[in-house]
Amino acid sequence: MTAAQFPILILIIPLLAAFAISLFGGRRDKLAYGLLLAAMSGSFYAALQTLLLVLETNIPIHYRLGGWAPPYGIELVIDHLNAMVLCLVSGCALLTAIYSLPTVRAEIPDRIHHYYTLYCLLVTGLAGMVATGDAFNLYVLLEISALSSYAMLARGRGNAYYATFKYIIMGTIGACFYLLGVGYLYIKTGTLNMADLFRLLAEEEMQQSITIRIGFILIMIGIWIKMAFFPLHGWLPNAYTRASTTTSCLIAPLMTKVSVYIMLRLMFSVFSVEFVYGVIPWHEQIVWLASLAIVAGSISALAQRNLKKMLTYIIVAEVGYMVGGAWLANESGLAGTVYHILSDALMTLALFMAVGAIIHKTGKSSFAAMEGIFRKMPVTSAVFVLGGFAIIGIPPTCGFFSKWYLIRGGIETGQWLFVGALLFSSLINAIIFFRLIERAYFGDLSGHGHGPLPERDEAPAVMLVPMVVTAAALVIIGLYTSEIIGRIVLWTIPAGL
Amino acid sequence: MEQLPFLPATPALAILVSLLAVPCIYLSDQRPNLREGWTFAAAFAKFFLILSMAEWILAGNTHTYELCRILPGVSLSFTVDGFGMLFALVASSLWIVTTIYSIGYMRGLNEHAQTRFFICFAVALSATIGVAFAGNLLTLYIFYEILSLSTYPLVTHHQDEEARSGGRKYLTYLLSTSIGLALPAMLITYTLTGSLEFTSMGVFPADTAKPLLTILLLMFMFGFAKAGLMPLHSWLPGAMVAPTPVSALLHAVAVVKVGVFSIVRVLTGIFGIDLLAATSLNTLICVIAAFSVLVSSLIALSQDNLKRRLAFSTIGQLSYIILGAGLASRLGVQGSMLHIAMHAFGKITLFFCAGAIFVATGKKYISEMVGIGRRMPVTMFAFFVGSLSVIGLPPAGGLISKWFLVLGAMEAEMFWVLMVYLASSFLNAAYFLPIVYRAFFCSEEEAQFERKVAEAPLWCVVPLVLTAAVSVLFFFHPQPFFDLAVMAVQGR
Repeated sequence: MTAAQFPILILIIPLLAAFAISLFGGRRDKLAYGLLLAAMSGSFYAALQTLLLVLETNIPIHYRLGGWAPPYGIELVIDHLNAMVLCLVSGCALLTAIYSLPTVRAEIPDRIHHYYTLYCLLVTGLAGMVATGDAFNLYVLLEISALSSYAMLARGRGNAYYATFKYIIMGTIGACFYLLGVGYLYIKTGTLNMADLFRLLAEEEMQQSITIRIGFILIMIGIWIKMAFFPLHGWLPNAYTRASTTTSCLIAPLMTKVSVYIMLRLMFSVFSVEFVYGVIPWHEQIVWLASLAIVAGSISALAQRNLKKMLTYIIVAEVGYMVGGAWLANESGLAGTVYHILSDALMTLALFMAVGAIIHKTGKSSFAAMEGIFRKMPVTSAVFVLGGFAIIGIPPTCGFFSKWYLIRGGIETGQWLFVGALLFSSLINAIIFFRLIERAYFGDLSGHGHGPLPERDEAPAVMLVPMVVTAAALVIIGLYTSEIIGRIVLWTIPAGL
Repeated sequence: MEQLPFLPATPALAILVSLLAVPCIYLSDQRPNLREGWTFAAAFAKFFLILSMAEWILAGNTHTYELCRILPGVSLSFTVDGFGMLFALVASSLWIVTTIYSIGYMRGLNEHAQTRFFICFAVALSATIGVAFAGNLLTLYIFYEILSLSTYPLVTHHQDEEARSGGRKYLTYLLSTSIGLALPAMLITYTLTGSLEFTSMGVFPADTAKPLLTILLLMFMFGFAKAGLMPLHSWLPGAMVAPTPVSALLHAVAVVKVGVFSIVRVLTGIFGIDLLAATSLNTLICVIAAFSVLVSSLIALSQDNLKRRLAFSTIGQLSYIILGAGLASRLGVQGSMLHIAMHAFGKITLFFCAGAIFVATGKKYISEMVGIGRRMPVTMFAFFVGSLSVIGLPPAGGLISKWFLVLGAMEAEMFWVLMVYLASSFLNAAYFLPIVYRAFFCSEEEAQFERKVAEAPLWCVVPLVLTAAVSVLFFFHPQPFFDLAVMAVQGR
């Protein structure tokens, strides 16, 4: 039966495509591009089918590789949360793949097929991390995605090597923390399967164990380094800014969101609500830290004069949103985090794509690139504006509704600092984006709008189509919020919250 | 239930119709006549869609249409009741008139980017009607934000340094208050009560702590900064850099009235008049609004730029409306709702006149308008009628609404409010009538204009005569609006 094979197809298709592209893609760029598109479409289709299956039955899918039963075999477990994230990962990867060709040709002219091979491996790693039901497997896939992302990031501009080197160090430390934590859990429980761990860790003896607590803390720190949670975010801005356009479009929206997913998965599927919020009573302090992350990220973003760097600091702030929401320890906050994974990935994707197109066309990456861009690139700037509105949180874009849930969570738990930080960041984002929109709209003031107008110079259609699709998704998802919340997000709220 | 005389989705259609015109306007960029044809088509369609519901509403019914469930527990829904209908009728009928006027103004001055102008206008009107028919606070907020953003390109239309700073101020004031105050106030309300629906009883339970209510009240009042309540008013004079049709429709009618409409909706639908009166929070509202009324009128006296003087007058008149609602008496609220309509027609006339003077003579300052009545008698006569309406003198509609506001003050036994109304009426007279007087009565040496009639283009003059005539008409026939206001207060 093919329907039952969809979960594994999400991972296998990009993996096999990586081999195929490295073997045959060297002959012609178009062939490598075609293979990439085919692989990403296939993976996205499989993810969509999986999501539909989960929505239909409302029970998690357990897929056993090779028929081996856990805890000895490897298992993929797909429930509402990761079915959604899988669709997001493969969907964003597909859109970015379509978008990639012109910029990759311009920025990485030699060995495009090797670049695309890495692209496929990265997607495999990301999707694998999301789909797996095994804590050690997760580590392996984490390394696969990390290694391919190091290689991709290093093929960027300027001192990309140096920025990537810093990322390698930090990323490796993060992965080590995670592995160490998992090791602690293994020592105590003798298993690495998540469902098994969950069952064993629920025992009273395990709840009291210092080893388990330390394991938990190590895992969390490891993941926080990976997701660039303030103050562990130092590696992110430079690495993402120097990266080539396609690399940042692929990695920036997805890497942090997948890390947030992993945090949620481990918090609630390995550990439990009682353990995370009860045994370790730190969640209030973590929300404060998240508020600080939001404020610091927003202010740093305000200080930037480089478009991509500004976006990377916005990501740092957005990570604060999601971590804070998850640690509010109530339903609205967690629902906000889960919904924000979806909306934030799409809005950063829209923005990175638009900025990438602007940089591609103007050759500038500072704010000066925005001058008169409304006239020069109307479609791209519309996407940029819509993405900006979503980040600010203007209805009916999806950014408004995630903020709605997060703020509500903050009010319900009395975390006014978090509420204040969210509102503050909305206002700062408004300043950031309207400052740019103003430049884009007024352009050079000497013309007074009556002077000679700049020529229209829009990005090619292959770049425009995925951008417009993403921008449309921002509004569509916003309008279908209650559907998404009701059919997906609420199912991800663990029992006992 | 009785058969509806219109489609259930009519409120949504009335909002959508001008959005649908946007692609048509965009595509007929090169053919101005066709482009303006689309605007007219949308304006008339919108007006008639709204009018088709008027009779049903006047019969004492309300109509609710739920578009979609946007959040669990809160839907994107539209409710047409007396108050919403009143505002929607005013806004949509004035859109038609303003379109006529814009064609005269924009073509008369050969403005750039006219397509963008008409597109943004259409979107802004959609948002305005969306606010008017909003069935709950979230829907209202969504359209409120869309209105702020769609009017930004209109305010900054000239794209010069002045427009840029005006636009910056405009967005800073409107977005920071709506995100920073109105949004959290709405969320706190929702968390406390679990409801954002408008009901005449209010949503708050009777035992809600008064300090909390006070904070929420202030957050809502200043959160909807479009109402121009002092000290959050200075975006309005700044936004006068916009072309005059924009100032006329948006900054005398749509945008600012959306602000007061939202506040009055929140006061009557979320807090409830009874709660306000019982907790005597209404005194707080009155004090804030009365301050705004008096101070803005005093500032208006000193303005030489005609549009700025009108802007400060608008700030004062908007606070009248809030003051009326703050009286928390039935007559006061009726008066404040009526004043939305009456002031709209009066003030738009004045703005149209200011624009017509600019188109015909290029003059912006009052000191340069001595003797202008010799050259533009029709315009200045309309200006006189508009002033009468805003001051509240017969035979103009403004008297009717002021009458009820004063009655409301007496019903609420707040005599100091009465004095505020009277004092401000004197000030209104003091800053408007000298303009009219100097326009007609001046010595030959003083006059800056030839004794030769040369009006602005017909496209400009006809609308201002129309609105002036309607202002007078309302004095004799305030009935439909009056009934709607009564219904809005009683029916819900």
